[in-house]
Amino acid sequence: MLLVEQCLNAIQFGLVLFLISAGLTLVFGIMDVINLTHGTLYMIGAFVAATVARTTNSFLLAIAAAVAAIAVLAAVLEAGIIRRIFGRDHMSQVLATFAVVLVMNDAARMIWGPEQLLVKTPQLLSGAVTLFPGFGYSAYRLMIIAVGVAAALLLYVLIEHSRYGQLVRASASNPEMARMMGTNVDRLFAVVFVIGGMLAALAGALLAPIFAVQIGMGDDVLIMAFVTIVIGGLGSVRGAFIGSLIVAAFDTFGRAALPPLLRGVLPPNVASLVGPMLSSISIYVVMAGVLLWKPQGLFPVRA
Amino acid sequence: MEAAGTLSGTGVMVRTRHAGRAVWAVVVICAIAFPWIADFYGFSFYISVATRALAYGIAAVGLNLVLGYGGMGSLGHAAFLGLGAYASAILSTEISNAGAPDWLASVPVIWLAALAVTLIFALLVGALSLRTRGAYFIMITLAFAQMIYFVFISFTRYGGEDGLRAPGHLSLLGLDLGDEKTLYLVALVCAIGAELAVQRLLDSGYGEALIATRESEPRVTALGYSTYRIKLFAFVAGAMLAGLGGAILTELTQFVSPSVMSWQNSGNLMVMVILGGVGRPVAGLIGAIVYILLQELLSTWTEYWSVPLGIFLLVLILFSRTGLSGLLSWRRAS
Amino acid sequence: MNGEAPALSVRSLRKRFGGLVATDIATLDVQRGSIHALIGPNGAGKSTFIAQVTGTLKSDSGEIRVAGRRIDSLPAHRRVMMGLARSFQTTTLCPDLTVFRMMALATHRTDPAAGSRWRRASTNKARIERTEQLLHLGDLNQIADKRVADLSYGQQRELEICLALALEPQLLLLDEPLAGLGPSESERVLTRISTLRGTMTVLLVEHDLRAVFRAADRISVLVSGRILVEGDEKTIRASDEARRAYLGASD
Repeated sequence: MLLVEQCLNAIQFGLVLFLISAGLTLVFGIMDVINLTHGTLYMIGAFVAATVARTTNSFLLAIAAAVAAIAVLAAVLEAGIIRRIFGRDHMSQVLATFAVVLVMNDAARMIWGPEQLLVKTPQLLSGAVTLFPGFGYSAYRLMIIAVGVAAALLLYVLIEHSRYGQLVRASASNPEMARMMGTNVDRLFAVVFVIGGMLAALAGALLAPIFAVQIGMGDDVLIMAFVTIVIGGLGSVRGAFIGSLIVAAFDTFGRAALPPLLRGVLPPNVASLVGPMLSSISIYVVMAGVLLWKPQGLFPVRA
Repeated sequence: MEAAGTLSGTGVMVRTRHAGRAVWAVVVICAIAFPWIADFYGFSFYISVATRALAYGIAAVGLNLVLGYGGMGSLGHAAFLGLGAYASAILSTEISNAGAPDWLASVPVIWLAALAVTLIFALLVGALSLRTRGAYFIMITLAFAQMIYFVFISFTRYGGEDGLRAPGHLSLLGLDLGDEKTLYLVALVCAIGAELAVQRLLDSGYGEALIATRESEPRVTALGYSTYRIKLFAFVAGAMLAGLGGAILTELTQFVSPSVMSWQNSGNLMVMVILGGVGRPVAGLIGAIVYILLQELLSTWTEYWSVPLGIFLLVLILFSRTGLSGLLSWRRAS
Repeated sequence: MNGEAPALSVRSLRKRFGGLVATDIATLDVQRGSIHALIGPNGAGKSTFIAQVTGTLKSDSGEIRVAGRRIDSLPAHRRVMMGLARSFQTTTLCPDLTVFRMMALATHRTDPAAGSRWRRASTNKARIERTEQLLHLGDLNQIADKRVADLSYGQQRELEICLALALEPQLLLLDEPLAGLGPSESERVLTRISTLRGTMTVLLVEHDLRAVFRAADRISVLVSGRILVEGDEKTIRASDEARRAYLGASD
């Protein structure tokens, strides 16, 4: 039963990670922009959702508000800053987006304070669902899985089977060619940036009741998202999906399974040292391994 | 950097070079006098701030070598800063625990050990990472840095997440580095030495090949150079400088924690280098000093000092292409 | 020159990209001191072949020998030190460096004092003199202090070739040296190439057939990765296969 629970946890985490990574990989893949602000969009989404949920007690309203707020914020960011650093070298992009993160982190601290914001899971979903006799799983987490799957399917249909998605894919694999063929790549990029941000906000809002909502929560998520899209291949949404599941699996099972496993094999004081260490670095080891085997990630997109 | 071969510098160039040297001489003299000036005017607090700036500056000089001159986007440089800091702290702790003779707890031993540790790790990380390029190189150096970070977080024997206290101040040739003026001067000497060493390295067959590799790697390979080895050397040298900066930090704060090797701190280092002007002389030191000074000054005005700092950086990067050292220099680097 | 190993000797060289056969060369020999041309239609595999010989691309199988010594397991930079030099088809010069500094990079191959890794480059007299010497040979002294990015296309192409020559190679690979050059510049480059006959071996990959017929002693025609026909100008002109595959119906 523990195994099933961990599997579901991994799937849930993976889907949320996918929501965050999808936008990031497209921005990096299409416009070759290193965007460090993505994590703060996730964080602010969580904060907005938390605030709205606490004041209105409506979870749906909270999610809608978060997504809408980030849509606006992302649009402003894109028009004001991202557009200007597109085409410049990666280091300038790092500096610019890093600066934005500095400003937004402290601005968020100004608005919401340094403390954690606690959000209760909505009444309807606060129980457990009996999946099969003797095994119950959090209804809320099941909802997240459902939303995640729905979003993934939606993205899949949009990208693989719509004309718009076709343009996005073409731009991801060869932006110059796409531009020459008449695609307004800049406007496409703006839309992708905003939608990517909205997905990240959705992820933040969904996770608010489960994880701590506080300043800096975006940083660790951002790193994981970058690891994910590198494993999957920059610019590939399919890669982001597979990558998210891989990262989530290693992280979840690493934390759950490694320590007891090591305790069975190594002396206890060594195991208690090495266990947590290995589980936190497992995803980086995986990434390094993938890169040394397939230097462009699992599903490289660029010609 | 004058173009090699134009030894036949025109009169103007020679005069400019002399004027430039005079300015630097004045700067160095002011820097040396700074602690006493600070005492006199009542802002002695800033001596330790300056020392911290110099420590980060040395690490930034190293990163400028790797990133600016070598063209390698290493997003894990703070890991080497942290390794130097931890190596220094751990070694002093073990030495004092073992009751070893005092002369062992001295700068030459401890800091050399810190440099050696950084060298070994940098060789390992660099040898593996340099098999990749571009964005992937950035990510894989980040991955290795994260691994090192998490290792130290889990290393409860040496404080884990809470960090490790240093057992006491080191001595250098009889001088006690507990005196903040002494430590400042030592850091200053190291910083100037680091910058001079890097510039001297760049003014050589190796240095020219490194810069050319940054611009066009296939060309340099076709000229018979092993670009892998060229880049690896720069990577390791830059890492060792970061390690030295880390050792100085430990000496200054008498404390080290894993946060010093977080990727956010690698980002800080990168910002310092870019701020100073990537790939230009003295960029590392200027960037680090300005960045840390700004942090200190802004934090006296507002609790949320990251906002004006971030805005300043944004304005700078959006409207200037050369960073601060480009804005400050009135002599075109060739 | 008989009895000595050919300057370049290729046997059973193969390279596939997925299902596509990029290279499938059974035999190719380039005699010492000769100018040998490799021609073929677009996509024939000329660039792939050069990449395999210089070492930037790993072959699936086969042997490559320079002056009798096998080089196919050596990394690219090592092959340079064994006497191989190349010029690139698209400019790969360093845009921000001056012509002088680019040429100075080539000094290490032939003069240890000039190319010393650690001596101060700006005061290394041997390095400076050797560089000026090399620039003089290439007639590049006037533009020595200009940045590569500020050079004209023709000047950049000249620098490309001069850099390769500065390495004093045994085997010089020229990858479409005349590409994009006007008639007088092409003429100059072609004359320079012709003067190399006897002092070194040249493998010339070119599109310009007139130039090839003028300068080359021997010509190999590469089509779809295979050598279709090989011989001197008369042989190639007379070959129906070559005409069909490459020259087109009308000559």
